[in-house]
Amino acid sequence: MIPGTAERKTEKLVVIGAGMASGRVLEHLMTEAPGAFDVTLFNAEPRGNYNRIMLSPVLSGEKTYAEIVTHDDDWYAQQGIDCRFGESIVKIDRANKVVYSNAGGVPYDKLVIATGSAPFIIPVPGKDLPGVVSYRDLDDTNTMIAAARPGAQAVVIGGGLLGLEAAAGLALRGMEVTVIHLMGHLMERQLDPSAGYLLQKALEARGIRIHCKGATKAILGTDRVEAVALEDGTVYGADLVVMAVGIRPETRIATDAHLEVARGITVDDALRTSDPAIWAVGECVEHDKQLFGLVAPLYDQARVVAASLLGHEAAFRPVQTATKLKVTGCDLFSAGDFAEGPGREDIVFRDPGRGVYKRLVIEGDRLIGAVMYGDTADGGWFFGLIKDGTDISAMRDTLIFGPAFQGGPSADPLAAVAALPPEAEICGCNGVCKGKIVSAIEGGATTLDAVRAQTKASSSCGTCTGLVEQVLAVTMGDAFVLPTAQPMCKCTRHTHEDVRRLIKAQGLKSIPAVMQELGWTSVGGCASCRPALNYYLLSDWPLDYTDDRQARFVNERNHANIQKDGTYSVVPRMWGGVTTPDELRAIADAADRYNVPMVKVTGGQRIDLLGVRKEDLPAIWADFNAAGMVSGHAYSKGLRTVKTCVGSEFCRFGTQDSTGLGIRLEKHLWGSWTPAKVKLGVSGCPRNCAEATCKDIGIVCVDSGYQISVAGAAGMDVKETELLCTVATEDEVMEIVSAFVQLYRENSRYLHRIYKFVAKTGLDWCKAQVVADLDNRRALAARFELSQSVYRTDPWAEHAAPRERAKWQPLADLSLEAAE
Amino acid sequence: MTRYLDIGPLDDIPREGARVVKTAMGCVAVFRTATDAVFALDDRCPHKGGPLSEGIVHGTSVTCPLHAWVFDMGTGAAQGADEGQVATYDVRVEAGRVLLDTSRILRERAA
Ligand SMILES: Cc1cc2nc3c(=O)[nH]c(=O)nc-3n(C[C@H](O)[C@H](O)[C@H](O)COP(=O)(O)OP(=O)(O)OC[C@H]3O[C@@H](n4cnc5c(N)ncnc54)[C@H](O)[C@@H]3O)c2cc1C
Ligand code: SF4
Ligand code: FES
Repeated sequence: MIPGTAERKTEKLVVIGAGMASGRVLEHLMTEAPGAFDVTLFNAEPRGNYNRIMLSPVLSGEKTYAEIVTHDDDWYAQQGIDCRFGESIVKIDRANKVVYSNAGGVPYDKLVIATGSAPFIIPVPGKDLPGVVSYRDLDDTNTMIAAARPGAQAVVIGGGLLGLEAAAGLALRGMEVTVIHLMGHLMERQLDPSAGYLLQKALEARGIRIHCKGATKAILGTDRVEAVALEDGTVYGADLVVMAVGIRPETRIATDAHLEVARGITVDDALRTSDPAIWAVGECVEHDKQLFGLVAPLYDQARVVAASLLGHEAAFRPVQTATKLKVTGCDLFSAGDFAEGPGREDIVFRDPGRGVYKRLVIEGDRLIGAVMYGDTADGGWFFGLIKDGTDISAMRDTLIFGPAFQGGPSADPLAAVAALPPEAEICGCNGVCKGKIVSAIEGGATTLDAVRAQTKASSSCGTCTGLVEQVLAVTMGDAFVLPTAQPMCKCTRHTHEDVRRLIKAQGLKSIPAVMQELGWTSVGGCASCRPALNYYLLSDWPLDYTDDRQARFVNERNHANIQKDGTYSVVPRMWGGVTTPDELRAIADAADRYNVPMVKVTGGQRIDLLGVRKEDLPAIWADFNAAGMVSGHAYSKGLRTVKTCVGSEFCRFGTQDSTGLGIRLEKHLWGSWTPAKVKLGVSGCPRNCAEATCKDIGIVCVDSGYQISVAGAAGMDVKETELLCTVATEDEVMEIVSAFVQLYRENSRYLHRIYKFVAKTGLDWCKAQVVADLDNRRALAARFELSQSVYRTDPWAEHAAPRERAKWQPLADLSLEAAE
Repeated sequence: MTRYLDIGPLDDIPREGARVVKTAMGCVAVFRTATDAVFALDDRCPHKGGPLSEGIVHGTSVTCPLHAWVFDMGTGAAQGADEGQVATYDVRVEAGRVLLDTSRILRERAA
């Protein structure tokens, strides 16, 4: 020490963890006050600071490790930092201010904990097998690169940011990749279902298989990983399994040292822990109940920590962050808070042709959140509006079009049709694709009639007329004036018929897919389009589509009819109206046991128990199931009853076994969902005691066989059936009725009963489809049977299962909770 | 004064659906949207008492199952041509648990 100079002791600073946060802290210290500290830097990884977020480009081969190093040996040497890489801190002795690694202790005056976070490993059997890796550091990345061989299989568990980057990187290295994601859509924390759907589509287009709603049950293998098994029974072969299901703050040494730790190490605004000599920064901290998993806020923290270490006042204020997925070609952006909330409003823009989706969430006069897919060019601008809390009321109408908006066009109603590829089928009856119609138009067929005449499109049932007109409009531009048709609901400009045809033409298989591709203008549809879409998808893709229970009207959701007081009525099935003493006893017992206020015989030859409480539904069903009875679907847009008379078995006039045929029909058709309710009647002779000729489908037995007639009604409208055909055998009745029901299922608009459907399409067309054309009849009947292979099941059995019953009870009962 | 009570895990409420909480003042419907926002409303439609918890949820609205009135779940106000209001309760999610502000429910009961 030179005499006369003020004694200035250089403080000892120890930093635990050489990650992205502490790297920034050191930079600030070294530029603002070089020499202020003697720094010792520990890192568990055998290397110094690198840009962790660039690991994904390293994985995919787009970058090398050398390119992502942020601080090299020279830099540490120049700053005089004592680097202890590959040395983990195992203990902090706060009383003596010493940290310990396995190599010994190092004293500190000030300590910074920057240990980041640890990947979360789901505790399934097989998680420790060789070949199972997490995705956190360079070593993980190198393990993945080493395991990646073209044609080998990889399973990535977790469809969040990290999992998808891993999946894309492995796919670029030629692996066959499957992503298993627990939630209903990808990146659910950053994206809403619509944007998640577009992302899934883009990833699938590059060969990555996505399995949403998949819960991992076990990782299989003996010496190393071989496969992944899911709860639903699916098994995916795997040479490599990447677990990317989440992270939790790495707080062990802080907890052991009795620092205050909640989910992360608790810090104040200056990032000080409960010990004034210790700071914490990065993913390991919890500030104001919040954790941080992206670098932007960590960099703000780093600035504050550096200032605070140097004795300056500084406070950390978390700001909004934006997310971007680093997968080349998948443009997505999300920022702020886009969850729905009280008083929030949405502005939605969809351009299915370009695969663009944008959604802004507004609260009061401010933009508070934005989600975008496909076109994210304006993301930064929106993010600025969110961060600055700009008053957007003046530009609200045009906000969604971004900063460059000059009064341009609003969403194009024809976009969905314009986007269809030439091979998309427009007319299902005649198998006419878009390309054929376009060539006809280009060849001079400039009116609907001309197109009909030349291509046959829309010349049969006519349900595709709207689409053909739209193809005319798209092809001819202003030269064709589009007739206005009634849209399905206020969420779309398409008619029911167009939506049905487009679902098939574009192969759309989920409600978010339909809403995105057909340009829905609302976020989640409405109470009128959601049930309709659910039905259309279920009817078109019986094997692929999972019924959306929440899109169903209460009666179908609860499999009972809601009554005016909120109680339900329960109707067990009575096949063809026939019952037994045992069934009657079971019904009587149930009526007693559940205090059913009214037991009534219905118009459809069954017994109705009215006034059942929702909580009792699973139990009463379980009782009926035990007595061999299934749901009567008295609530459904589906097959309800087959009313019969006694027929030849007992009646002196009966010509055929009408009861037996009724039972056979009901056992064949039950469980099927249809656009509206369907009721049948079978009478044993023309005296028609079953009133079959005012049913949706009526069969009247005659000496020579069976008269099948359709399109009767005895509801708001009263109408007699019209004769479809007369056949000689019961088997033909079965086939024609199935084919006709399927024709109706595939072509009718939702909520139209059969008489309305036939009035629209014409009885002659129906006859041509199911009577004259035998091949077509068989194909329709086969499609009906395929659908029934899924739906001919009793919904009560599922919901009455003991593990399901809790869902029918209140979530909580506070009625006995004491008041304060 | 607010008083939040833990009424159960968020996962027990179906997305785009609801569960009810029984109270001495009648049932409260707790809704969960497609993006996991939660709302709590009296489970009684002001029109004719329909159970809103059984309605179809779309965006942040719910449609009453009995006669299709539509309510904004945030404000409880009827939408469109209908006029009416349902009481709303503060509700939030913390660490996967749903917390309901019960101060009003319980206070009214004490009164
Ligand atoms: C593959 C990948 C991609 C990412 N992409 C993005 C992105 O695009 N955008 C974004 O904002 N964020 C991204 N992140 C997140 C971002 O990397 C982190 O938020 C950031 O790295 C956290 O910084 P940190 O300093 O808190 O922790 P880290 O960077 O994790 O550093 C912590 C260091 O502490 C060491 N350590 C732990 N315990 C001890 C101990 N006891 N003794 C000594 N050393 C210890 C660890 O080995 C580690 O090196 C990504 C993360 C990964 C893994
Ligand atoms: S319809 Fe004919 S067969 Fe049937 S009960 Fe009446 S009279 Fe007898
Ligand atoms: S009771 Fe709700 S709309 Fe009538």
